[in-house]
Amino acid sequence: MLQLPSLETLNMGAALPAISIAAWACILLLIDLWIPKDRKILTVYLAAGNLVFAFIANLLVFNQSGDSFMGMYVADQFSGVMNLIIIGTALLSIVLSFDYLKRVGIERGEYYVLVLFVTAGAMFMAAANDLILIFVALELLSIPLYVLSAFRAPDIRSEEAGMKYFLLGAFASAFLVFGGAMVYGATGTTNLNEIAASAGMIIASNSSTSLFLLLGAALLLVGLGFKVAAVPFHEWTPDVYEGAPTPVTAFMSVAAKLGGFGSLLRILVVGMSAVTMTAGEPAVWQNVVAILAGLTMIVGNIVALSQANIKRMLAYSSIANAGYILMAVAAAGSPGLANEATRGALVYMLAYMFTNMGAFAVVIAVERANGGADLEHFVGLGKARPMLAIMMVVFMMSLTGIPLTGGFIGKALVFATTLNAGLVWLAIIGVLTSVVSAYYYVRVIVNMFLRDAEASTEEATPGYSTGVQWVAAVALGGTVLLGVLPTLITVLTDRVSLVASITP
Amino acid sequence: MVVQTESFVMLSIVLFVLGAMGVLLRRNAIMVFMSIELMLNAANLALVAFARYWGNETGQLFVFFVITVAAAEVAVGLALIVAIFRSKRSINIDELHEMKG
Repeated sequence: MLQLPSLETLNMGAALPAISIAAWACILLLIDLWIPKDRKILTVYLAAGNLVFAFIANLLVFNQSGDSFMGMYVADQFSGVMNLIIIGTALLSIVLSFDYLKRVGIERGEYYVLVLFVTAGAMFMAAANDLILIFVALELLSIPLYVLSAFRAPDIRSEEAGMKYFLLGAFASAFLVFGGAMVYGATGTTNLNEIAASAGMIIASNSSTSLFLLLGAALLLVGLGFKVAAVPFHEWTPDVYEGAPTPVTAFMSVAAKLGGFGSLLRILVVGMSAVTMTAGEPAVWQNVVAILAGLTMIVGNIVALSQANIKRMLAYSSIANAGYILMAVAAAGSPGLANEATRGALVYMLAYMFTNMGAFAVVIAVERANGGADLEHFVGLGKARPMLAIMMVVFMMSLTGIPLTGGFIGKALVFATTLNAGLVWLAIIGVLTSVVSAYYYVRVIVNMFLRDAEASTEEATPGYSTGVQWVAAVALGGTVLLGVLPTLITVLTDRVSLVASITP
Repeated sequence: MVVQTESFVMLSIVLFVLGAMGVLLRRNAIMVFMSIELMLNAANLALVAFARYWGNETGQLFVFFVITVAAAEVAVGLALIVAIFRSKRSINIDELHEMKG
């Protein structure tokens, strides 16, 4: 007998912020048809208004935890903080996009609808407590991003970026589905809480079932590793970041990572923390994730050294940053450290969001003024546009992890939790690669201030638009505020506890 | 004769590996894409087999979502392939090398 769930058991209120964005995106797609071509700013307002609504709704329900869709969607403090960061990213990138789209002549309303879909996908990923929802949310995040990457068609670089992202993204989701199938085969359920309840016994039994569980966990890790651009699954990142329209690059470098890490933390900490060889030991996936983190930091930072294009450099920098977050994920494998590591990762992601959005805002402004995003285009920026250059200095310092910036706080928390987990070698790699990264971040600063442009800068180049200005200013404020007053965010993150949400 | 769950799972693993090899070895974007579909359907086969083994419907439910999402992926993927073919007159993925660094 088929039983339809009642609205009460679905408890959709708990998922209101994410649902409102997904639903409004569908409606906006229709409304946009009636908005004349020269007044697309209306679509921007409608999309941004929805994001602001979701932001406020999310703050209002922040302290109430609950689940909806019969345990598939968990609204707790973790998803609360993630939602705030994700919605913030979407807001900043919408403001960043409008002027850019107009300038390159791809001003179409679908753009903002797609951004809303990606936002909803990332929010669902961070709150998904079921492998089925994780897969669907991942695709809701990815498929619009494929389209957004190719949005500048018929520009061949943009099309190429979309194609590469699509093929490798679909490849990765096939791994994720197969991993999900294997975990389901081992445990008989796709709910993370129920997986956690039976995982410990399965591993202890050491039968062929445990092989399925481990294979499944490994394949899930591969699938999500692609999404967050962890080495060795990072090959697509530089090409896609370079070819995609710059505001899209800014958006996806943050949103896709947020969603990926949200799901990764939930799968590993909630679902798989009991997967240990002997009770009380770190989970078996800790070493694997730690090695991935080490490789990601090394490869990301070292290859970034030789990049002449800032968008490519920021792509490798985003790979390196994924490595630092993975470090926290690895630390979460030690018993009793999951909460501390999760909080560290959240603060790091918030700092990364502000810094990266700001850096890309400056890149967009330079592209507009100087016609490109190569290192050469930054030469003499300190003289031509001192405000812009100073902002870029702050963002570069934050990415390096210099005190008084958000990046420093994030790194400090992540390193501390890694040391607590006893992964000393990993922390050493992290510190050394941070030193290496200073070289290419400082090189941007040197080019802006210590080299003079070879004349011809006198030509009246258009100033950067108000939208980009606002985003850069907000990002600057966020980066510095987070660095000076980290309590502002730790007040929120201290309430996050992923493990406690297990109710087997 | 009752087919054992192991047989289904072995077959699905073989199909999955074939699909993954196709993605890595094929150069034509459409063939790569079809290989990805093969991987997804290998996962579907495993899911259905496991659903029979466990006697619950979760696996079958998962398959419905995979099929739906795969259809959405086809729509976007083929559109991208057509767009690339219009500008390059080729869908060989080795020729996608506008960006280097």
